[in-house]
Amino acid sequence: MIWKIFLFILLAFVSIAGIAFPIVEKPSAWYEFPFIPGLEENAKIIFFHVPTAWLTVIAFLMSTVFSFRYLKTKNLDEDAKAYSAAQLGMIFCILATVTGAVWAKFAWGQFWSWDPRQTSIFAILLIYGALFALRSSIESEDKRATLSAVYSMIAFVTVPFFIFIMPRIMKGLHPGSADDSNAGPVVDFQMNSSMQLIFFLSLIGFTILYFWMWKVGYKSIIIRDKINKQLISPNSSGQGG
Amino acid sequence: MIAKPYALFKKDFSSELRTRYAINSLAMFIIVAISVILFSIGNETINENLTGGLFWVVIFFTAMSGLARAFVSEEERGTTLTLQLIASPSTVFSGKLIFNLILVFCMNLVIAILYSALFERFVVQNFALFLLTFILGNIGLAVASTIIAAIIAKAGAKGTLYPVLSFPILLPLILTCVQLTLFSFDGTSFEEAQFEVAIVVGYDVIMLTASYMLFDFIWKD
Amino acid sequence: MSNYSVLSQNLSKLFGRRLIFKDINFSWEDKGIFGISGPNGSGKSTLVKIVAGLIAASSGKMIHKNSSGEIIPEKLHNHIGFVSPYLVLYEEFSAWENLKIFAEIRGVSFYEEKVLYYLTQFLLENRKDDLVKTYSSGMKQRLKFVFALMHSADVLIFDEPTSNLDEDGKKVVYNIVRNEGQNRIVIIASNESKDLELCNEVLLLEKFK
Repeated sequence: MIWKIFLFILLAFVSIAGIAFPIVEKPSAWYEFPFIPGLEENAKIIFFHVPTAWLTVIAFLMSTVFSFRYLKTKNLDEDAKAYSAAQLGMIFCILATVTGAVWAKFAWGQFWSWDPRQTSIFAILLIYGALFALRSSIESEDKRATLSAVYSMIAFVTVPFFIFIMPRIMKGLHPGSADDSNAGPVVDFQMNSSMQLIFFLSLIGFTILYFWMWKVGYKSIIIRDKINKQLISPNSSGQGG
Repeated sequence: MIAKPYALFKKDFSSELRTRYAINSLAMFIIVAISVILFSIGNETINENLTGGLFWVVIFFTAMSGLARAFVSEEERGTTLTLQLIASPSTVFSGKLIFNLILVFCMNLVIAILYSALFERFVVQNFALFLLTFILGNIGLAVASTIIAAIIAKAGAKGTLYPVLSFPILLPLILTCVQLTLFSFDGTSFEEAQFEVAIVVGYDVIMLTASYMLFDFIWKD
Repeated sequence: MSNYSVLSQNLSKLFGRRLIFKDINFSWEDKGIFGISGPNGSGKSTLVKIVAGLIAASSGKMIHKNSSGEIIPEKLHNHIGFVSPYLVLYEEFSAWENLKIFAEIRGVSFYEEKVLYYLTQFLLENRKDDLVKTYSSGMKQRLKFVFALMHSADVLIFDEPTSNLDEDGKKVVYNIVRNEGQNRIVIIASNESKDLELCNEVLLLEKFK
């Protein structure tokens, strides 16, 4: 319980700091951020866009890992874990796409320009969509778990191609792609130390949030499944987490 | 080694000859798809990039029209069990892959011929590069489409699900092949296109390996 | 004579979280007729499919052994002959073509006399070149037996062997079962008492819940 309060405070601080702290030419106070050429005011989105994109990847990885474990053990609990990760992955993917599009509007003038990274995140969105469509079309839970596990792994195998081919084939507007001389604020550490602090706090906060949501997610899937099968009765499902 | 999958291919081929199901509907599909595009663009001349892109669009949708049949027909008739009793999973996948490979090459040959006849900007300057792209791209298309076909054969809503599942998986291949096709229109040399060719080769190899490893799980209930 | 054995160790099966049966142990060797029986829904067909290597057990082991050692699941199919009501043959081909194709895909030789012998036993020899589409359900069932027997399997597995058969058909099947049972392992899954009468041993599935 304590750590949930801690998490709430952390994320509240990050959100407020990320939005409210001013960006000035020469930061003097501890709460001021430097001007990053090319990004200016919009830099603040880094506190929210990057963590959501990062978590999309984490969720995708976890979904694949637990799919693999399901194929090995045929234990439906592993499928619940993979599915919970996929659900969260979808949510964070939508958030990353939207925050990215908002940033694109301010920085490049249009919401969508088929920049390589934008195309990649969109492709991941399509993969998740396909996975959910597949799952909803199968009645038998064994089959559903097996087929979505196989599809997850095939999708996982194609994702590295996006990372490699996209930046090569398409010149991008995204910070850190082939064209851009700025190479991205994180890589170059053009952020000053207070910005870095907020950034990493945001990253950590969102990551903890993700893992908490994932745990609640898969446990509730398993419990609901067992109740439906009358393997446990609704009154005796134990302490909540 | 190849005898048993080949025997399975022959069975599918003979079955096809008797019913002529796939050939008829696929041929019509190609004609309809290209007609739709031609009608939509009217008398305009579309540029090279668009032509190259639309080429692979028609290839993709034709594949979605015809490549699922290999597994779906067995599943719908209940003969999946029969195949399980006479062949190992790798034999089954190999046999179906051979069938789909030949189907893909035939379909795409027709599409390529029709395109070069009907679209003004479909002019290939570096023919060797185009041929290489054609061969490698078709292999990747067949492999990925076959493994996804195996998946959806066991699901419901097969027809609509097939393109939905296939597209994200095929996207890297299609993007790179479109790029390579445009290179072959421009006359780009093979050396300059090396990276993209390597991508397609890598895709083919990785998809093939992953498919064989994962097929056992799909096939066995 | 065949040095072949089929045995299970603590075999259990779950569909999702639902238990079908657990801790089944049996050991059948060399030759004989063995039965599996149980009320509807007790998992007869499931167990039969596990023995035939068509589905995997959830826990425990299903082992087929011959004189060279254990046989891996990928190679099991040529050692087994299988008949069941839900087995379907290719209706666009004739009986003879079906059997030839199966031999080719199996990678084994197609022994014409042997196949003709079995077709005759099952009263199908003058319909062998007709498309399976034109067969009655009884004829299809009999053709499945020819399919199961033609490659000299080490284990014959018959799920509901007498379904769709008239009295003459049943007589033929019983004869075949008795004959084959003297040379190899024959497994019958059924609830018909006449079927089970042929068996040396019967596994009762109700006991394994």
